[in-house]
Amino acid sequence: MGSARYIVQRLIYGLILMIGVVVLNFFLIHAAPGDAAEVIAGEMGGITEEMMAQIRARYGLDQPIIVQLWTYLSQILTGDLGMSYHFNRPVTELILQRLGPTILLALSAQIFAMIIGTVLGVLASRKPNGPLSGFVAVFSTVGYAAPVFWTGLMLVILFAVVIPIFPVEGMVSARFRGTGWAYAMNVLWHLVLPAATLGILFLAQYARLSRASMIEVLGADYIRTARAKGLGEGRVTFHHALRNAVLPILTVAGIQFGNLISGALLVETVFNWPGMGRLAFDSVLRRDYPTLLGVLFFASAVVVIANLLTDLSYRYADPRIRTGGR
Amino acid sequence: MRLTRRVLLGVAASALALGAAMAHAQTPRRGGELVIVSGENPRHLNPAVQSGVATAVPGTQIFASPLRVDADWQFHPYLAQSWEWSDDGLALTLNLVENARFHDGVPVTSADVAFSIMTIKANHPFQTMFGPVEAVDTPDEHTAVIRLSQPHPALLLALTGALCPIIPAHVYGDGQAVREHPANNAPVGSGPFRLAEYRPGEQITLVRNDDFFLEGRPYLDGITIRIVRDAATATLSLESGEADVGMVTDASSISRLGAIDGLTVTPRGFEGIGPIQWLAFNTRVAPLDDVRVRQAIAYAIDRDFVLNALMRGVAASQPGPIIASSPFYNADMPQYSLDLDRANALLDEAGHPRGTDGTRFTLTMETVPGRDAALGNVPEYLRSQLREVGINVELRASPDFPTWAGHLASGDFQMSMDIVFNWGDPVIGVHRTYLSSNIREVIWSNTQGYRNDRVDELLALAGQETDMAQRTAYYAEFQDIVGEELPVYWVNALPYHHVFDNRIELPLSIWGLMQSMDEVYWTEDR
Repeated sequence: MGSARYIVQRLIYGLILMIGVVVLNFFLIHAAPGDAAEVIAGEMGGITEEMMAQIRARYGLDQPIIVQLWTYLSQILTGDLGMSYHFNRPVTELILQRLGPTILLALSAQIFAMIIGTVLGVLASRKPNGPLSGFVAVFSTVGYAAPVFWTGLMLVILFAVVIPIFPVEGMVSARFRGTGWAYAMNVLWHLVLPAATLGILFLAQYARLSRASMIEVLGADYIRTARAKGLGEGRVTFHHALRNAVLPILTVAGIQFGNLISGALLVETVFNWPGMGRLAFDSVLRRDYPTLLGVLFFASAVVVIANLLTDLSYRYADPRIRTGGR
Repeated sequence: MRLTRRVLLGVAASALALGAAMAHAQTPRRGGELVIVSGENPRHLNPAVQSGVATAVPGTQIFASPLRVDADWQFHPYLAQSWEWSDDGLALTLNLVENARFHDGVPVTSADVAFSIMTIKANHPFQTMFGPVEAVDTPDEHTAVIRLSQPHPALLLALTGALCPIIPAHVYGDGQAVREHPANNAPVGSGPFRLAEYRPGEQITLVRNDDFFLEGRPYLDGITIRIVRDAATATLSLESGEADVGMVTDASSISRLGAIDGLTVTPRGFEGIGPIQWLAFNTRVAPLDDVRVRQAIAYAIDRDFVLNALMRGVAASQPGPIIASSPFYNADMPQYSLDLDRANALLDEAGHPRGTDGTRFTLTMETVPGRDAALGNVPEYLRSQLREVGINVELRASPDFPTWAGHLASGDFQMSMDIVFNWGDPVIGVHRTYLSSNIREVIWSNTQGYRNDRVDELLALAGQETDMAQRTAYYAEFQDIVGEELPVYWVNALPYHHVFDNRIELPLSIWGLMQSMDEVYWTEDR
């Protein structure tokens, strides 16, 4: 199958999936008790029934749910995600503001987890029963098992309060007014702890996976041949073996991207990272349907694209897939 | 003596206050920025149509109000340089300063004051603030006369802080609904700070208004409000010095921050909000419709244990509906201290004998979600304490605010732990939860379903009484009655505290950070 046709087909499936996500979640959030008018009443310190009715009428919350769904769907098909009940702003604007920070966080965490995880796994694979291997197993399992908000708070207390080398929260310092390079550095400085927190969560899988597949590959005939040719151990490990062991890692990376986005939700809350996760979390509590559905719409788009890119890189890394296995 | 002719010379009052302030503080220093950490995100920045602290803090920096109030509930000039009541108490004349301009350069006139008050009356959730206002006359550009249908002693307070921002008629008078007006996200006021940038959910950046009508003010170059939704993170940002000022509401964070050098941690500045934690009873359902059962519950609770152990000694006792720091609080109202024998006797008398397992009956208790840290472990404590007198309590936790609000509003509850604010004058925040005319299907109305004719009568009288002593007497009797009948058991004042860097001179009025910060300054460089 040609690459272009393949991509188009995958994108159409992706779009159907995204609509499905929105419809399913529309019903889920409407199944929860209460609505945005009650939240607004709470934020206002209590309002009258008349005011509540006005708010419901304005947001169409007094309509039957099927009518609300129809209105919403016909709206998003024209590319309009509606207005946020809470922020009184277009949802698209709010999401675009936050999409960048979330992708930055998720990608940094992904790269951190992949590189550190793979290196740890490769090192461990060279002596599968050695002390380093044991350390990698314990460290990665603990990192995976620990609740991410706990890991985050511990890192903050350690590296922002006890040894104050990183900031506690945010993406840019409250007092920072610079631009350009200085701005990028300020963001990077804020990125370290949240990316590490989220990365540690996924490190375990990469470490264990690369360890297992390296052990398998290192036992293969062509590795023996490479060694017999007299190649150094470093070249054998990183050039011959790793290249073949990397396929399962790529697959997992693609699958993980969705999890990474949902993991980002908690990390964003702990570190006050201005991303989509925090927006989604607050939107659920505020019954801000347009914002929540908009975030889910975008998040599923990101996952669809990430999976597509994974498949494409897979095709690149393994020529057999490109040629249909022939 | 009734004060039928009250001419308040605000100028003299403010000169006195200023003199007092100068006596104990150094000369204010210009410059520097303040970073305030806020736990809530504002829906928008226009307090005229949105109540709540999140909007009020930035809103009072952007918009000026006619009057200010200090820490002792005394009023001072702001946009109004003086004010006077008519003899019959049905008209209040505001004499406005003549040099005030909005941030877009347009002068502030009496027409803006009239427009603002009528907009607030029509749109603000606190309907009682300007309920009796019939019209605002504007005899000239700098005089506004507020005309009332009945005497309204809460009016002066309603003209302060976030309750009465003067919004520009030339911006908001364009026919669009003020509640959804686009200018709410990019407001133009006449306050000490202008909005520089608003990133929703993230940060509000305010810069000095160089054209502010008070000469030489504000002292700060700017204020940045950082929105940090997670309470633990917000506390850490104060601890690390990333934020300079914040409000902390849970006892453990207060004790933690209190131990840090260089930080001031004080309960001052919340007299206006008057945050009360209470256990509400649904007085319409058995067995809570029996006053003896409600009293028995009160006698089963050890208030000192709640204050000293659960609240770690940082919360104030709050035995009644009016916050204890208010001038209307009645210290002699009925109080209940731990007396299990009396509680048991009352329950026997009410016809609820213990069953074979020692239980008399079972009650459900709701808790307002999202306030776990502030509630402390009080719900769990009440549960174990009420078991002592044979009442089995089932905690019904709601996953989020709308779920809980739905239970309360529809009357689908027996008891509920909640947090309710006084909002300065009893007319605004207290009457609503006791008036039988306000038994409604919305939260923070009289969801207890409480009815007492004398209470209705007293609140109506107090709401119109311009003589302070007489008004206080009405409220005293009201507190005696509800203290006896207990539609609500008031557990404690929430331990709200302001936390700020010691190097900041921060005068805290009853409104705390919800009033202009033009007098705030850094005593030394940060």
